[in-house]
Amino acid sequence: MKVLVTVKRVIDYNVKVRVKSDNTDVDLANVKMALNPFCEIAVEEAVRLKEAGTATEVVVVSIGPKACEEQIRTALALGVDRGIRIETEDSPESLNVAKLLAKVIEEEKPELIIMGKQAIDTDNNQTGQMLGALLDMPQGTFASEVQIDDGKVNVTREVDGGLQTVALNLPAIVTTDLRLNEPRYASLPNIMKAKRKPLDVKNPTDLGVELKAHTQLLKVTPPEERQAGIKVGSIDELVDKLKNEAKVL
Amino acid sequence: MAILVIAEHDNSTLKGATLNAVTAATRMGDDLHLLVAGADCGAVAEAAAKVACVSKVLVADNAAYEYQLAENISRLIAELGKNYSHVVSPATTNGKNFMPRVAALLDVAQLSDITAVDAADTFQRPIYAGNAIATVQSLDAIKVITVRGTAFDAAAAEGGSAAVEVVGSVHDAEISSFVGEEMAVSDRPELTAAKVVISGGRGMGNGENFELLERIADKLGAAVGASRAAVDAGFVPNDMQVGQTGKIVAPELYIAVGISGAIQHLAGMKDSKIIVAINKDEEAPIFSVADYGLVADLFDAVPELESKL
Ligand SMILES: Cc1cc2nc3c(=O)[nH]c(=O)nc-3n(C[C@H](O)[C@H](O)[C@H](O)COP(=O)(O)OP(=O)(O)OC[C@H]3O[C@@H](n4cnc5c(N)ncnc54)[C@H](O)[C@@H]3O)c2cc1C
Ligand SMILES: Nc1ncnc2c1ncn2[C@@H]1O[C@H](COP(=O)(O)O)[C@@H](O)[C@H]1O
Repeated sequence: MKVLVTVKRVIDYNVKVRVKSDNTDVDLANVKMALNPFCEIAVEEAVRLKEAGTATEVVVVSIGPKACEEQIRTALALGVDRGIRIETEDSPESLNVAKLLAKVIEEEKPELIIMGKQAIDTDNNQTGQMLGALLDMPQGTFASEVQIDDGKVNVTREVDGGLQTVALNLPAIVTTDLRLNEPRYASLPNIMKAKRKPLDVKNPTDLGVELKAHTQLLKVTPPEERQAGIKVGSIDELVDKLKNEAKVL
Repeated sequence: MAILVIAEHDNSTLKGATLNAVTAATRMGDDLHLLVAGADCGAVAEAAAKVACVSKVLVADNAAYEYQLAENISRLIAELGKNYSHVVSPATTNGKNFMPRVAALLDVAQLSDITAVDAADTFQRPIYAGNAIATVQSLDAIKVITVRGTAFDAAAAEGGSAAVEVVGSVHDAEISSFVGEEMAVSDRPELTAAKVVISGGRGMGNGENFELLERIADKLGAAVGASRAAVDAGFVPNDMQVGQTGKIVAPELYIAVGISGAIQHLAGMKDSKIIVAINKDEEAPIFSVADYGLVADLFDAVPELESKL
């Protein structure tokens, strides 16, 4: 079967972002960018399905400016077959992303779509679910295990109380959680090979999608900073402080 | 127009997260309805009717809603939601699962995990693992919102007397089904609602050693949490993960043991009132947010702490 994965270019997870002094946004100038970690897990899962013979072709899609091709190439180096970038100025709002993806999926007709559960920049955790609604497809969100058999996919999900397993008719959408797999690193020969893999560019007009603004960002401010407190020298001192100073015991 | 709040429940009890969402909703408008969608969930509807500030409880009681499958329940909520100004749910894994589908069905955005209500259409929400706070205005006619529970006090669970109305519509998409679940059973308070949380990280070394933390938890009536590293290593189950992509907690007292303090972990606990860190590395970033830091080997410090409580 054909598998489609989505990848978002985001700030590297090790970077602590700063807010711009004019409070219009965060400062991304000269900040290291990377594949969203949850999308990395999505790519790994798709590549494993291909290695297992379950997937016949894996296609990766990213929406955004030219720079996103770096992340598409990373996915290609990890074993994805071909890439599609949808040209937009920035990464659009989630509902617009979902609408663009829905059009690509109507063309490509994959049987399984694997996405990250959350982009670590906006922390939205919503695009996969929105896509599910637009395409009327079932969803297995926050997946820690994915098993395909007989026209269905069983997805084990990380939920508040523990784990839940659902069975979904194919085609279906899966969004990844941290325990689904451990992504590999791309080898140098594969990075070289990825440069020659096909990468198509489309734009929203080709796809017949009109991007609509649903929200307006009014300002971005730094969170209240916590001050470091004191170091205590012993457990006795700690217990004393908690009882008599903080009064939490 | 009224506001529709989606109740979090397990078909027998109304979960506390609902009460925090109700408080958030009271800041958006004053006519609040609660939806209880489930199967054999009469007891939940009764509890929901007693919640302060709620004027009406809608009950959709049908097998199709038993496990709150997103494919089914999102259609129900979208159908009802058309007649509301706001549709609000706690940002639990249930809410996170079905609410974006509701938003897409209504062709509106979702504002995820809000922490403040500035106006009926303007909200604050953390982005970049809580390293920035975005103030966002919704341009949509219907606002679909999930609420971070720790940012709002719980509404009173008693004192209200809402009318209960039965909703007959049944939406069974028949594209997904429930197979099974493995739920943690614990006598301890829920992580997100506990007054004291003690969490262990990779430094705990293995799952058995978490007993050291459990003994303290028993004495303090605390919940036990963990870092991602401790969950990934298989020391403890996933539902214990605190952080950007796990649970958000803000107890009176948070004790971090053998946790380095990566930004993703801090994102889930830095709003705690008092933070204690026990770590053998005095350079560990956790000390930069801790009110009281103790540089020590946890295997000495934790048993001693237990003996002195
Ligand atoms: C996409 C993404 C999402 C993530 N989401 C989360 C999340 O939600 N929650 C989360 O926690 N992390 C999350 N992480 C992981 C995060 O980046 C860190 O890797 C993780 O928090 C580290 O866990 P730790 O502090 O237990 O381990 P480490 O960083 O390895 O720290 C272990 C600490 O234990 C101390 N120690 C060791 N032995 C002892 C001893 N005997 N006595 C005292 N101290 C000792 C060490 O000094 C060290 O500071 C996420 C990462 C990514 C990429
Ligand atoms: N601009 C984008 N391009 C490709 N995929 C995206 C984009 N934005 C979001 N996604 C996908 O949707 C997932 C969830 O994102 P979000 O709902 O924004 O947290 C991400 O992990 C990606 O897989």
